[in-house]
Amino acid sequence: MADISERLHVVTGDAISARRRLFGRGMIWGSFAVLAIVAALQFAQSYNLMKVGFANWRPTLYAYAFWAVCLCWGQVVLRGEQGKRVLFVLPAALFTVAMVVFPLLFGLSIAFSDWNLASSEGPHFNGLANVRQMWGDTFFWNALLNMVYYVLAIAVEYAIAFGLALLLAADIRARKFFRVSFLLPLMLSPVAVSWMIGKSMLEIRFGPIAHLARYLGWENPSFFGSPWVARAAIEAMDAWTFIPFMMIMILAGLQAIPRELQEAARVDGASGWKSFWEVTFPLMLPVSLTAVLIRIIFKLKLADIIITVTSGGPGGATDSVTSYIYRVYRDRSNVGYGTLLAMFYLVIIVAAMTVLMKLVDRWMNPRY
Amino acid sequence: MAETTAQIFHDSPADRSFKARRFAGRFAIYAILIFWAVVCLFPIYWTITTAFKTAPDVMRGHIVPWWDFKPNWLGWRSLGLSPDTIGQVSTVRDQFLLRFENSMIASISSSALAVGLGSCAAYGLSRFSYKFGFMRNPDISFFFLSQLILPPVVLALPFLVLYRDLALVDTRFGLIMIYTLTVLPIVIWIMRDQFGSIPTELEEAAMVDGLSIWGAFLTIVLPIAAPGMVAAFILSMVLTWNEYFFAALLTGTNAVTLPVMVASQTGSQGISWWAMAALSFAAILPLIVIGVVLERYIIKGMAAGAVK
Repeated sequence: MADISERLHVVTGDAISARRRLFGRGMIWGSFAVLAIVAALQFAQSYNLMKVGFANWRPTLYAYAFWAVCLCWGQVVLRGEQGKRVLFVLPAALFTVAMVVFPLLFGLSIAFSDWNLASSEGPHFNGLANVRQMWGDTFFWNALLNMVYYVLAIAVEYAIAFGLALLLAADIRARKFFRVSFLLPLMLSPVAVSWMIGKSMLEIRFGPIAHLARYLGWENPSFFGSPWVARAAIEAMDAWTFIPFMMIMILAGLQAIPRELQEAARVDGASGWKSFWEVTFPLMLPVSLTAVLIRIIFKLKLADIIITVTSGGPGGATDSVTSYIYRVYRDRSNVGYGTLLAMFYLVIIVAAMTVLMKLVDRWMNPRY
Repeated sequence: MAETTAQIFHDSPADRSFKARRFAGRFAIYAILIFWAVVCLFPIYWTITTAFKTAPDVMRGHIVPWWDFKPNWLGWRSLGLSPDTIGQVSTVRDQFLLRFENSMIASISSSALAVGLGSCAAYGLSRFSYKFGFMRNPDISFFFLSQLILPPVVLALPFLVLYRDLALVDTRFGLIMIYTLTVLPIVIWIMRDQFGSIPTELEEAAMVDGLSIWGAFLTIVLPIAAPGMVAAFILSMVLTWNEYFFAALLTGTNAVTLPVMVASQTGSQGISWWAMAALSFAAILPLIVIGVVLERYIIKGMAAGAVK
């Protein structure tokens, strides 16, 4: 984070005339009025109060874009140089607000409705019925529990990634070849991975991994038959794609450690194992925490592999929350209930991540 | 004489065992490295070879081409991409090319848009003090970065309904918008790091010479930050090219991307392995090329923020 002293300080003497100020204000509020009028007309139409003749909600979108442009331009007109600085952040902020805050609010309103896209009727507010349904939905709680298992498996992924990063940081030949080949799984689309590995290499009759398993003495290898094996197989595929991610971050951290520290440890007589635990590992803690936190965030989005390989089976044993909600929508078109589950999931995630980040912060910067 | 020929200086047993241990250590390191390289590369190899197999080859688990099976264009023929069908009219190929084009356009334009918006925002946040209402710089940064936590499923259903009302379902524009949103936090994360490492004296000097702040940004700072932008662009492209969840929900026929095409094949006809392998291989090929050629930038992008 940039310190205040690193910031760019520019003194500007903008003389902004009263007319220019009026023009700027007029532009912003005028375009806002256009947006408000268009939106009001569309609302009126959607509640059958008035026939305006809009085919869809596009006009409101265009009005929003128009208002956004006027707002940005108005900043410069109103505030001169200061406005030009705001122009750096404002477009991204307007974009994010439009794409996140508005849909979230909208999602909240449909989370408490019985909206089914398959039926011709619109949404009806149904109070806490969805919450009650969620409470009794064993599949959903099972999916949440699975997420806990999947997240815990990150510990193993982390250990493997750390080991690989140590090997790559060691003095080896053909480092570039190994680095590129270790990186490649990350580049592949999860859907292609689920075909390549899940559907074809783990295929019971003739997949190469099944052959190997039979050779090693597993009589009847079925990777998606029993719950725990299926979960492990899904986790292995996800780990396969994402281990390179943690590996690269840890490798970058390892290469930033000054060589003198390790040399000093060796001079002081520390063995390789000891110098790793007492020098390298503590130095790597901040990087490790960042890598693991980001990995958890990505893990919480896990869905593609499950949807394409098992679609949650056997009996919901491999379901992640996302893949379960996807099925709720796909099988029953139940937008209201699906949205409520998603919102509930978001609340849990935000709470858990906040607690986690606070704990990490407290642990890294202890206050005595 | 015997005394003079005898060796005077001996390696102590400890030193000799050290040599053996060192050799064993090297051996173990390379063994693990090669093992993991096989783990990483074999699925890709399997996909490429399976694309040239026929049914009996797949069933018998043949692996090495020319040695235990004869390469065959069967899989590529079903896509209309084998040498004998490439000149003919093929609806499957047209479909495939349309998906490919959709994926290309969606990933490239959303990454470009995200890098554009994100670089500006990251630059502003690293250089000026803002105050939007109660939000100051750290709050604004957090607002952007916190979007990363948002799981796609939370936005998916509201977006489905909103896009229906906006007539944006199954359009490339709709996909581009939502993809931009998903990669924007990552771009800002990388670029903030990048701009933070560029000294502000550069812009100060440029502005003394009469450039405006945007002029200094565009002509002085951006060229220096270009490697970071390339890294951000490539990472965004990888993520958006592989994106499946939104594409599966928000597209139907016209704007379908490659991952959706691959996934829909596994559902309906899981037996034509060669065709699936050819399709998967075509879907991952661009990224394998990018991964091999531009590996440096990808690593740079992911390492951003890891090392302060």
